[in-house]
Amino acid sequence: MKRQGYDGVVLAVPVSVPYIRYSNETAHWWIACALRAMLEQADIAPRDLDGFSVSSFSLFPDTPVGLTQHLGLCPRWLDTVPTGGASGVIALRRAARAVQAGDVDVVACVAGDANRIDSFRTLLTGFSRFSMDATFPYGFGGPNASFALLMDAYMAEYGATREDFGKIAVAQRANALLYPDALMKTPLTLSQYMDARMIADPISLFDCVMPCAGAEAFLVMREEEAKQRALPFARISGTIERHNAFADDPIQLRGGWVMDIDELYSMAGHGPEAIDLLQTYDDYPVISMMQFEDLGFCAKGEGAGFVRDHDLTISGDFPHNTSGGQLSVGQAGAAGGYLGLVEAIRQVTGQAGGTQVADARRAMVSGFGMINYDRGVCSAAAIIEGSGR
Amino acid sequence: MTNPLPVPAPKDPQKRTVVPTLPPVKRSRAALGLGIAAARGQFALQHCVDCGAVQYPPRDACCKCLSVALEWRLTDPAAQVLAQTTIRVSPDPYFRERLPWRMGSVQLAAGPVVVCHLHGEVARGDGVRMALKLDKAGQGVMVALPLKGSETMQDDPTLRAMSCDPKHRRVLITDARSPLAQPLAEALQRAGATAIFLGEAESWRRWEGREALAAMENVVLMPLDVTDTASVARLAAEIGGKVDILINTAQFIRPGGVVAGDTVFARDGLETNVLGLMRLAQGFGPAMCARTADGANAAVAWVNILSVQALAPDMGFGGFAASQAAARSVAQTMRGEFSASGLRVMNVYTGPVDDAWHQPLPPPKVSPKALARTVIDGLVDGLEEVACGDIATDALDRWLSDPALLERETRGGHS
Repeated sequence: MKRQGYDGVVLAVPVSVPYIRYSNETAHWWIACALRAMLEQADIAPRDLDGFSVSSFSLFPDTPVGLTQHLGLCPRWLDTVPTGGASGVIALRRAARAVQAGDVDVVACVAGDANRIDSFRTLLTGFSRFSMDATFPYGFGGPNASFALLMDAYMAEYGATREDFGKIAVAQRANALLYPDALMKTPLTLSQYMDARMIADPISLFDCVMPCAGAEAFLVMREEEAKQRALPFARISGTIERHNAFADDPIQLRGGWVMDIDELYSMAGHGPEAIDLLQTYDDYPVISMMQFEDLGFCAKGEGAGFVRDHDLTISGDFPHNTSGGQLSVGQAGAAGGYLGLVEAIRQVTGQAGGTQVADARRAMVSGFGMINYDRGVCSAAAIIEGSGR
Repeated sequence: MTNPLPVPAPKDPQKRTVVPTLPPVKRSRAALGLGIAAARGQFALQHCVDCGAVQYPPRDACCKCLSVALEWRLTDPAAQVLAQTTIRVSPDPYFRERLPWRMGSVQLAAGPVVVCHLHGEVARGDGVRMALKLDKAGQGVMVALPLKGSETMQDDPTLRAMSCDPKHRRVLITDARSPLAQPLAEALQRAGATAIFLGEAESWRRWEGREALAAMENVVLMPLDVTDTASVARLAAEIGGKVDILINTAQFIRPGGVVAGDTVFARDGLETNVLGLMRLAQGFGPAMCARTADGANAAVAWVNILSVQALAPDMGFGGFAASQAAARSVAQTMRGEFSASGLRVMNVYTGPVDDAWHQPLPPPKVSPKALARTVIDGLVDGLEEVACGDIATDALDRWLSDPALLERETRGGHS
């Protein structure tokens, strides 16, 4: 059956609460900050919020149910999206269909996480059953070690070099210098990248994101609602989602996007050439490179060549992770799965400020989440399109 | 090629002894099966009873057909290394002290992909043989070993941390009069132990073999009577801080059932075999537990030589069998109490030893030499549960598969 489009449903009010490396504030605090800023802009009283979708690793012992009472909300539609780096796109998919069906008028999608000292280690310890049983007892390198294995295999298979990954990180840092809320505020050169200490070979310091606290949010509503409230908005051209794809691949050299990307472009009615900017999930540059391939911007194995041939900065021919991505802004837990989407909404609605890509109309956002055992399990992507104002 | 382990420097009393830390200890219930296999030196994985798919990581349902009938079976350990990394940063205190740490991803010939420790002599692309080993947390973990390792492969730091290798270690054998003492001392010497302390009770009693033992290099006879709390405490105070491996060979054995048995013998059996073990645990346990991270000759293992009658009694030795079952129970408690330190308790179950007390019994019997070899091999492999001899191997297998059936068979009456 051919999937229905997202006609009449839009995204609006992108909000990023500036990140902090270590903070004693809770996920509740961060989510409240994002929600307040967003509802104020949309002129919605908290009590009147209709729908609420939450992604967070650090709400325990609460769930979004507890948040409704904690924050004084009374939604008729409540969702929790536990897909980590794929949370933003997947929250969007759920909310858009609910709005389209009339189950709810406005959904606030929010991701936020706390980061106290030592909370990253604690988060890892209880991350998943397979990681507890079958990865952490092996050196406890966390995601760095798991992705080091993928990167090692990827380099051996396709001949990508550290310079190629360095180029992605360096371009993102250049973008981040134009994004006031990025935690990384100093320029990064390729030689600094190359000379950085190894963390889990071949992953070096600037391949890694910095865990931090923060929140990201956006609203999903009907187009007429956005117009009524005079909110700039973005339309949804297509979305995809996939979990545990290619389970028989011995090591992850491709993600679930490969299974669904053709459908995404056919929903959108165009190919990759029509995309003005790309936001990939960049927990490591190797994963961004994999997305260049799996999202159809180049063939499998040609990611390194693609990076060599393109300028990935805001003013370049292939603007990528325009706010600096998690590599330069920071990884605020589940908010890392929202960062690219929120930035993309800003871009296509002309609200990106210093990081604005000229004439940005169409953006692709992709998410990648949850290294449950030896690979990222969730993949998702969306194409969104600005309306102008 | 693995660099040979250097002889450890003498302990510097001015330095704080490193406090033992453990690798991550928490596991799901299903994953405990890895430890069961590792404790016995086997390589076993879950197999789906319905479709045959081999599972890893351990699951509660088959990832091919959703059957919940999963069974642990011996599995082909052949594998190939897909990718490797060297971890240089870890937030975990145990690994942080041991960085850099190599790990990798291997494809098992049996199907699953396994994230594992890499022995220093293996790299990406290599064919390897997988082993399940107990780590310091006492949990079963996967290690990729070279197909054909070098002579010093056992000195690899990753493997060394999972083994209780006697090389460069100091060992206390609690009863020098045991027929096992001499072959054990000789085997330990060959395995590279640097000092062997032999406990001698009632040294005023002359006994055959004393001179030969006393003449051995690096072997010292020291007064120790496990039935005397003060004697155990005295020796523990003297050498407790330098015992890296303790092998309890003290055993009181007399034939006799229950109805016609002599309760004095039974009491003496409990005194030596059960309370003696408790006294040793109280005397030597704390010092050994405090030294499980003390460099290359850290304390590693406690060995109990038990009769396989600990699992099922031989009617002719009812009183003795009760002491063995009780000693096994004490050993289980010791495992729990030692677990925070990583000190391993290895139980070696033996069939009837070829000695004076089993003289009228028919073969097969276990020669003290073979028993000594089993102890050394078990230490090198880092095992927890070992059988020695055909009778014990058979009984342990039967006990593991169906203890109730074993009891009925032991009782007699079947054809």
